[in-house]
Amino acid sequence: MISDKVYLDYAASTPVDPKVKEAMLPFFDQFYGNPSSTHIYGQQAEAAVESARETIAQGLNCLPQEVVFTSCGSESDNLALRGAAWAARQVRNADHILISPVEHHAVSHTAQQLADLFGFELEYLPIDEHGVVNPETIKEHLRPSTAIVSVIHANNEIGTINPIAEIGAVCREKGIPFHTDSVQGAAHLPVDVQELNVDLLALGAHKFYGPKGVGALFVRRGTPLYPNQTGGSQESGLRAGTQNVPYIVGMAEAFRLAQEDHEPRQAYVQALRDRIIGRVLEEVPYTQLTGHPAERLPNHTSFAFKAVDGNNLLMLLDVQGFACSSGSACKTGNPEPSDVLTALGLPTEWGLGSLRVTVGKETTPAEVDKFLEVLPALVERNRDLNQ
Amino acid sequence: MSGGVDSSVAATLLKEGGYRVIGMMLRLWSESGSESENRCCTIDAMNLARRVAAQLEIPFYAVDAKNVFRETVVQYFIDGYQAGSTPNPCLVCNRHIRWGFLLNQALTLGADFMATGHYARLRKAGKGKQEADGSQIELLKAIDDQKDQSYVLHVLNQRQLAKACFPLGEYSKPQVRELARKYQLPVAERSDSQDLCFLGNGTYRAFLERNAPETSKPGPILSTDGEEMGQHQGLAFYTIGQRRGLGIAAAEPLYVVRKDTGNNALIIGPRGFLGSSQLTAREVNWISGAPPKEAFRAQVKIRYKAQPAWGLVKPLDDGGVHIEFDEPLRDITPGQAAVFYDSDTCLGGGIIQ
Repeated sequence: MISDKVYLDYAASTPVDPKVKEAMLPFFDQFYGNPSSTHIYGQQAEAAVESARETIAQGLNCLPQEVVFTSCGSESDNLALRGAAWAARQVRNADHILISPVEHHAVSHTAQQLADLFGFELEYLPIDEHGVVNPETIKEHLRPSTAIVSVIHANNEIGTINPIAEIGAVCREKGIPFHTDSVQGAAHLPVDVQELNVDLLALGAHKFYGPKGVGALFVRRGTPLYPNQTGGSQESGLRAGTQNVPYIVGMAEAFRLAQEDHEPRQAYVQALRDRIIGRVLEEVPYTQLTGHPAERLPNHTSFAFKAVDGNNLLMLLDVQGFACSSGSACKTGNPEPSDVLTALGLPTEWGLGSLRVTVGKETTPAEVDKFLEVLPALVERNRDLNQ
Repeated sequence: MSGGVDSSVAATLLKEGGYRVIGMMLRLWSESGSESENRCCTIDAMNLARRVAAQLEIPFYAVDAKNVFRETVVQYFIDGYQAGSTPNPCLVCNRHIRWGFLLNQALTLGADFMATGHYARLRKAGKGKQEADGSQIELLKAIDDQKDQSYVLHVLNQRQLAKACFPLGEYSKPQVRELARKYQLPVAERSDSQDLCFLGNGTYRAFLERNAPETSKPGPILSTDGEEMGQHQGLAFYTIGQRRGLGIAAAEPLYVVRKDTGNNALIIGPRGFLGSSQLTAREVNWISGAPPKEAFRAQVKIRYKAQPAWGLVKPLDDGGVHIEFDEPLRDITPGQAAVFYDSDTCLGGGIIQ
């Protein structure tokens, strides 16, 4: 039904890789036991979960027992923030939370809730105009009472990559737990948690050709963390609930493929990305690239068009068969510039005209060209509407 | 698409008729803190509309019109009450929001027509008429006289009508519900929307108290002779012809005859003072695009739900009209529209002064 359409929203979600789907299928009706059960059905399921944990751990360069499976990237962020904040308060009476102003809502809204309902003090780190946190500034904001620091690895809206390893080194030196949301990053960047100096790192499978509904959180051994979801003792007591075996198997396979094919995939999408950035900046007047020009996700482009209604532009593109998203990606059509674009200091007349175009391994150069041919006229039509 | 029965069935009929259909929903302003109360565009309503669109396999987009709606429609409503009239904001919404803002969005997307769930019909004018006044399209009442909405559509011009499409005009409301059931639309049993969509919890009275406090200032109730009869609760809360709720005991029934905004006084009197056989209307829109050169007899509706009344409509030089009715009418209300009909054909209308 949508075969004549062009999908350019890989940062929102990706198709499940056929190999991943294949790996998942036996776990729906063949090996369907509960991993916590004693019998052979349970043992088969448990073996699958533990094998998946090992695969993920290899990719992250950590111990299998440092991987906690969750239901999605957002849940991983929730567990990291809330779990670390609660534990730090209990263990060492810490009550200060330090995050960047360009976090995904899974982090920023969780931190806000910790401030509103649990009395934590929430502080935002400064960023530059590309959304980058400077590791040097962390020092000035860290306190002995800092419960948790969170800085996004690669931003979903603007693609900017943060110097996580350097930020992590500063936190490590002060003994403060450091979390990074790598839901976008892990799909495209190496995520060696030793090199990155992180204590917590969130993943979501569907950004790298795995299924929706499954994620993971790396928890460095020794990091104080309380569960958000209580019940059974699954996942070392950090996340109660019967494991979603087929999805965990799928996630592991998808992550393995992402690591294995990392270099060719990156080279492929980066060429398409640079083609889009170059031509859009050249051919659409009053346009700026949002996020960092170089330190950005290899598949990610994001723009702000002056005096454009971003929601209308998305509709125009969709009607023409191009699936993209905007910074304020929102199906309810609320015309607010996103928190991230506002934090970059973008004026509203630019911030409302945001467009994110993200490519993937299935994107063809012909599709990109087709998109680039129609975009300038659609932006112009949109501007006429707003006159 | 509002998530209601009418627009859902309209979309279904078009889809079944082979059109390439795009669903659009307006997100309108409602009083802060009462978003869940705005009947025409709650999140629930949007989810319903989205489900219908998914069932029809058509794209669906929500379009934000909060600011423009607040600045035009809601402001018009407040201004009207402040001026002592009883405004009909739906008219302004149709002219500026639906058939202005939204139509432009639809045309920008490449649409040839914009369809709504309104009950009305369109007809390409006969050749003679096209030659006489250049009009292309006539606006007709719906087949279902109970549901006919040509009254609120009288504000449309030829450019808008050329892009308009009313798939429900030939159906009765029971038939539309039957179609919704037949196509198993999840909205088949939803009740019809009433009242104004942007009012928060409760009534227009509470809304005006919050948004236009001066219209709810108590003041004197005066007889037609100027005698003080009591206190009113704010002029906005009374309509011409109203009898109940005045709180005045008298030998004969007394009615609201007039509002004196200058003195914040409500004038009441016996039935004989009520009613008038003439009115003046301004901001007149002629469906054909131009006023007739001479006075003409027409049936006139002075409210959405009023019975049409015969009268002589005289175009004035300033663009308004003067109407003399055959029989006096009791509830001619400034702010409402007077809409003229030649049998089933809506000729236009204007705002009663």
